[in-house]
Amino acid sequence: MSDDATGSATAERGLGNASHGVASFDEDAPSPLRRIQQFFHQNPTAIPAIILIVAVVIFAFVTGGKFFGALNLSLILAQVTLIALLGTAQTLVIITAGIDLSVGAIMVLSSIIMGKLAVDYQVPVVLAFPIGLLTGLLCGLANGILVTALKLPPFIVTLGTWSIYGALITLVSNAATIRSQALDQFAPFLKSMGARIPVGGGAFLMYGSILMIAVAALVWYMLSRTAFGRHVYAIGDDSNAARLSGIQVNHTLVGVYAIAGLLCGIAGWVLIGRVGAVSPLGNQTANLDAITAVVIGGTSLFGGRGSIVGTLFGALIVGVFDSGLSLTGVDPLWRQLTVGALIIIAVAIDQWIRRVSA
Amino acid sequence: MSEPVLEARGLTKRYGRVVALDNADFDLRENEILGVIGDNGAGKSTLIKALCGAVVPDGGEIRLGGKTVSFRSPLEARLAGIETVYQDLALSPALSIADNMFLGRELRKPGIMGSVFRGLDRTKMQKIAREKLSELGLMTIQNINQAVETLSGGQRQGVAVARAAAFGSRVVIMDEPTAALGVKESRRVLELMLDVKRRGLPIVLISHNMPHVFEVADRIHIHRLGKRIAVINPRDFSMSDAVAIMTGAMKPPAGVEA
Repeated sequence: MSDDATGSATAERGLGNASHGVASFDEDAPSPLRRIQQFFHQNPTAIPAIILIVAVVIFAFVTGGKFFGALNLSLILAQVTLIALLGTAQTLVIITAGIDLSVGAIMVLSSIIMGKLAVDYQVPVVLAFPIGLLTGLLCGLANGILVTALKLPPFIVTLGTWSIYGALITLVSNAATIRSQALDQFAPFLKSMGARIPVGGGAFLMYGSILMIAVAALVWYMLSRTAFGRHVYAIGDDSNAARLSGIQVNHTLVGVYAIAGLLCGIAGWVLIGRVGAVSPLGNQTANLDAITAVVIGGTSLFGGRGSIVGTLFGALIVGVFDSGLSLTGVDPLWRQLTVGALIIIAVAIDQWIRRVSA
Repeated sequence: MSEPVLEARGLTKRYGRVVALDNADFDLRENEILGVIGDNGAGKSTLIKALCGAVVPDGGEIRLGGKTVSFRSPLEARLAGIETVYQDLALSPALSIADNMFLGRELRKPGIMGSVFRGLDRTKMQKIAREKLSELGLMTIQNINQAVETLSGGQRQGVAVARAAAFGSRVVIMDEPTAALGVKESRRVLELMLDVKRRGLPIVLISHNMPHVFEVADRIHIHRLGKRIAVINPRDFSMSDAVAIMTGAMKPPAGVEA
């Protein structure tokens, strides 16, 4: 009877001569294309970086150097500040394989709460400002709780809250703008992020841009250097595997949406400075621009991979195309068309890179 | 006969009207590999999920080292020293080997960088990961920072086993560890299991592959209709007997009935 027990050993006797490496790779000199694929797999931010450099070089030639004007570069940075901030929030969510369609609405709602409290109700800024940020945090928290507790798809949840927050914007603001002079009188602090530091040669740096870079650096650190960040990636990669590895998936997800909401609140503050007023109409397009920046920056909509640096590149690419195309004097529709094409190319490349393992 | 490390008495679990576990018992002793076999639907995966915390049983008792435990999540089972290698491995493909080994139990930097800034001690984690993989003879994997998705099936299994062996202090549970592997890779994983056992960790092996179970198991737990119907010694029974008991074609002989 013990013959059976040794059955597999007998059948596998031929293995004695087999190589003993644990499944070594069959490396028959990968083709150049395959090498490029592997390179991008290991360095996903290389793609947006290359696109950015190529775009800058082309526009520098086409516009005859105007593009590189100190003022123009400053304007580009100021323009991409909001998109980059919202993109940073969006990156966090998209890495978990979710999406947050409400980032733009949260940003505007937070700015309106701050402005309304400070100007119309004359609440001291030391209170109005944190309450505005808290609004962003709570909006994000609500998204996170709906996604985890009710187990609804993030797309549906945030489509709904986008609409709800949008209605709140109109309700709270009565569709009225709080004007610049009123802000100057009651709460100049709320406008502070729009202030510009001259750096010579006509170039300037907006305070909001500095804040954006600081926020991005902080989120980068959180994503790449802390356990929380590893968990965010693991959840987007395979949430079931993450759960079995002992990660508290729901806690982490709620945290991600709440942080994203807070970042939108911060963006709301920068928005006031950038516009110079508190407007309920601010940034209808901010939502899609932020998603565009994230996607062009190489973050996968399927979750598990992506980076803040990529998103910053993505936002800059959008800004560079905007500025470059308007400097060359072409119809703004071409900008829209180009960005659309870039999105499709970025996602196609992402799919291709994913297949490196298959 | 050594003391049971992990035992269960009278476990029950119902899913609606389906009874997955019907008063099931279970015993794992020190220094053994316990094979668990059973037909599809016999309830063996529910049994294993109850032991590793993925399922909370409706009734019954689980004792680890003589102490009653009740796990509400895989994390709690893991904290108690039960490591599980899941059939689909529970690895995060885009993360590196080192990240995966420490997923959910990352080490932080000493001092203020760790306590306040929550910084990960990546150097130390990579060092430990490399050590653990070397101990199990798995360092043909070139680069500890390689993404798991670039590894072959056998290498991934190796990472999952190394993770379980490195962190399991009481029990390692392996669910179908050779199911997705080729002949050569399966052989390597069986050797890994014997190696882990030699290091003093008992293993629960759930498998459909009879030759593999009969080769490495010290005892075989046969599950049928939601309960343990026999525990046999693979040296006393043939594979066909085991299959006959498992499918109900043969009554479990006296003396091995559970």
